[in-house]
Amino acid sequence: MPRVLILFAHPSLEHSRVHRRLLREIPDDPKLTLHDLYEAYPRLDIDVEREQELLLTHDVIAFQHPFFWYSTPPILKQWQDLVLEHGWAYGSDGNALQGKDFISIISAGGGEAAYCSAGYNRFTVRQLLAPVEQTAQLCGMHFLPPFVVFGTHRLDGQAIDTEARRYRHLLEALLAGEPDPTERERLATAITINGFVNRLAGSPT
Amino acid sequence: MSTETFFTQAFVYLAAAVVAVPIAKRIGLGSVLGYLLAGIVIGPFVLGFVGAEGEDVMHFAEFGVVMMLFVIGLELEPSLLWRLRAPILGLGGLQVGITTALTTGICLALGIAWQPALAIGMVVALSSTAIVLQTLAEKGLLRTTGGQSAFSVLLFQDVAVIPMLALMPLLATHSMEVGDSEYHAAETWIATLPGWARTLAVLGAVFAIVVAGRYLLRPVFRAVAQVQMREVFTAAALLLVIGIALLMEQVGLSPALGTFLAGVVLANSEYRHELEADIEPFKGLLLGLFFISVGASIDFGLIGADPGLIITLTFSMIALKLAVLLALARGFRLPLDQALLFAFALPQVGEFSFVLLSFARQQGVLEATFTDPLVAAVALSMAVTPMLLVFNERVLQPRFGTKRAEEREPDMIEERNPVIIAGFGSFGSTIGRLLRSQGIGTTVLDHDSEQVELLRRMGLEVYYGDATRVDMLEIAGVHEAKLLVLALDDPDTTLKIAKTARKHWPHLRIYARGFEWRDSYALYQAGVDEVYREALDTSLRVATDLMRELGVRAYHAERAAQKFLRHDHRFLRELAEVQDQGRETYISEARERIEWLESLLRADNTDEYLERDAGWDPTTLREEFSESPPDTSGEADVERSVEV
Repeated sequence: MPRVLILFAHPSLEHSRVHRRLLREIPDDPKLTLHDLYEAYPRLDIDVEREQELLLTHDVIAFQHPFFWYSTPPILKQWQDLVLEHGWAYGSDGNALQGKDFISIISAGGGEAAYCSAGYNRFTVRQLLAPVEQTAQLCGMHFLPPFVVFGTHRLDGQAIDTEARRYRHLLEALLAGEPDPTERERLATAITINGFVNRLAGSPT
Repeated sequence: MSTETFFTQAFVYLAAAVVAVPIAKRIGLGSVLGYLLAGIVIGPFVLGFVGAEGEDVMHFAEFGVVMMLFVIGLELEPSLLWRLRAPILGLGGLQVGITTALTTGICLALGIAWQPALAIGMVVALSSTAIVLQTLAEKGLLRTTGGQSAFSVLLFQDVAVIPMLALMPLLATHSMEVGDSEYHAAETWIATLPGWARTLAVLGAVFAIVVAGRYLLRPVFRAVAQVQMREVFTAAALLLVIGIALLMEQVGLSPALGTFLAGVVLANSEYRHELEADIEPFKGLLLGLFFISVGASIDFGLIGADPGLIITLTFSMIALKLAVLLALARGFRLPLDQALLFAFALPQVGEFSFVLLSFARQQGVLEATFTDPLVAAVALSMAVTPMLLVFNERVLQPRFGTKRAEEREPDMIEERNPVIIAGFGSFGSTIGRLLRSQGIGTTVLDHDSEQVELLRRMGLEVYYGDATRVDMLEIAGVHEAKLLVLALDDPDTTLKIAKTARKHWPHLRIYARGFEWRDSYALYQAGVDEVYREALDTSLRVATDLMRELGVRAYHAERAAQKFLRHDHRFLRELAEVQDQGRETYISEARERIEWLESLLRADNTDEYLERDAGWDPTTLREEFSESPPDTSGEADVERSVEV
């Protein structure tokens, strides 16, 4: 059974409505590790050795963060720059991450409709995540389309509860080794993994 | 000598120095020439204030040379010697070898027996360390390539004197003069030994100094330093130098060589800078005295008796040495201007030649008919040196010199570090260790001998020294340093050093450990560039950890502490300004700031405060989105994808 590592980055969780709620849904499973980067490295002095150790002992790597300015918070960029070393994560000898799954779990202020060529964000979330997708690709990981909580500015408490349940379904599926090969085939070009999760949860989109 | 005549003499010598040196310097001739001229003027042939006893004074003043060699020795760490090995052995060895060989050859050609000829050759090969180093240092030429090369050659010569002295007894052609000598050495037991045994005794004495210096002196200095009285340490330093000088005279060796050796042995010890600072003033004064007595001892009577002989002798020695030096310099690929400087610095015959000459006479190698004119010629050649350098500087350099604009050669004479740390308790040592781990050189001074000893045992390079002293800081290399760190644990001393350092070196950046607010204000007013209150960062770290323990997010706590630090530090600087505007103003200004900072840090996302992390705060976005129609509104400026 795969082990899941969530690399969580939120510089001001105390201001957060969505992520604080999501974190409460994390299943109590020894195979799942939540790694709160800002809590671990408030001075951004990332311990590369420790991070690589964590990556080696997990099979699914997830970035979870708000989609600030269409990107990861700075600590997660710092993490990528330092931890994904040449000769370890990529390059001719760099195959430490080969074959692992990668997924982004993000929350975005704009609604799903804003993230398309006709919307005011002009690109889909998956397009905007291109640097992350390519990073995973270069490290030999299987990139799963992102799990996105859209329109967070307009979500009320009830709506957030719904998002939190979907989040729980996603984590449980990842811990169970899903999605299966056929499903992966279908997801290859999907913008998000949301549809798959909704089907699992049996709830409408 | 009665007290009265002693005072009269001291008065004459000091007055001569005080009058002549400033005049000579003003005219641009340098202090050495000033001293020499002063000596000539007060000597038996002009004013006659000093006469027969000039000889005694010279004896006494040679002690200046002894001290100078001790100080030179102290600066010669083995690493420096290693780096200079090529010029020392190559240039120095060839200079001594070729000059000796040529002079000996000429003497042989003049029909002198080979033993005295060789002795004269060795005498002529040596130059005057005292005059050359003093003059070059004064002109700031010591660090040029030419100056470095001259230094290396002098070093080789100073060491070469040892085997030369050891060789002298083997060259004896007639029985020794006993009782006639002005040196006490001839009366010691050693003079009664056969030649080979004397050679052994000389080598044994050298060996004794090296061993004692290595294993005996450091514990002694440590014990003395623990008393914490500066004058006792000075006394110990003088005692060491005088003691070695006495020992050396006992075995018939040059005291200067003994102290030079002792200096080299102590160069690696923690007391090196302190010893240097203690000996320095004595050295300077006695060297001046030495130059004066050289001037006074020039025997114009002898010169007058046969001016042709002495002058020919002097200038042929100079010409020969000059030719050898110039050829060597070019052979070693020195640029022309540096080669000229090198050659014109070293063509005189030096003070060690006096020693060799009198030793040769005692040992029955040379007779008075040789030594008397030679002594006169040697003194004359020393007197001519400063003029030769002036000639080189004024006439030759403008014509041939390729004066490169202040191109500074890498420092070689002394290794200098960009950072000097005063005080190496836990505060200073943390600074030093981090800098050193990053390959930044630090020179560390501490005044606690036990601490110094402990740190040195741990492998840290720390020197024992009192940083409140200007000369101590100078010796630690404050001229070349960029930064001075005051990490002492005492506010008054810190302030004292800060004031001194600011006064003497206006461009030096000074970083000081501060204590309370009040001390810190005083430090800023003394011109310190940055003050770090010692407990501030630590207490903020404690507060950060406490917040985390109570459930505050680590990053939030960290940023609060950083913000606190930034503003608190700004207040310190601002309040330092108003600090002297009366107690009431100060208190109200301080109070205002403390309240402002607390309210700033109290600011959470509910109020409009100046430095809220608004970028992470979605409140305004939420307000905007709940008012405007969904998504496709097309407003381009809502791209702030803030969420939460």
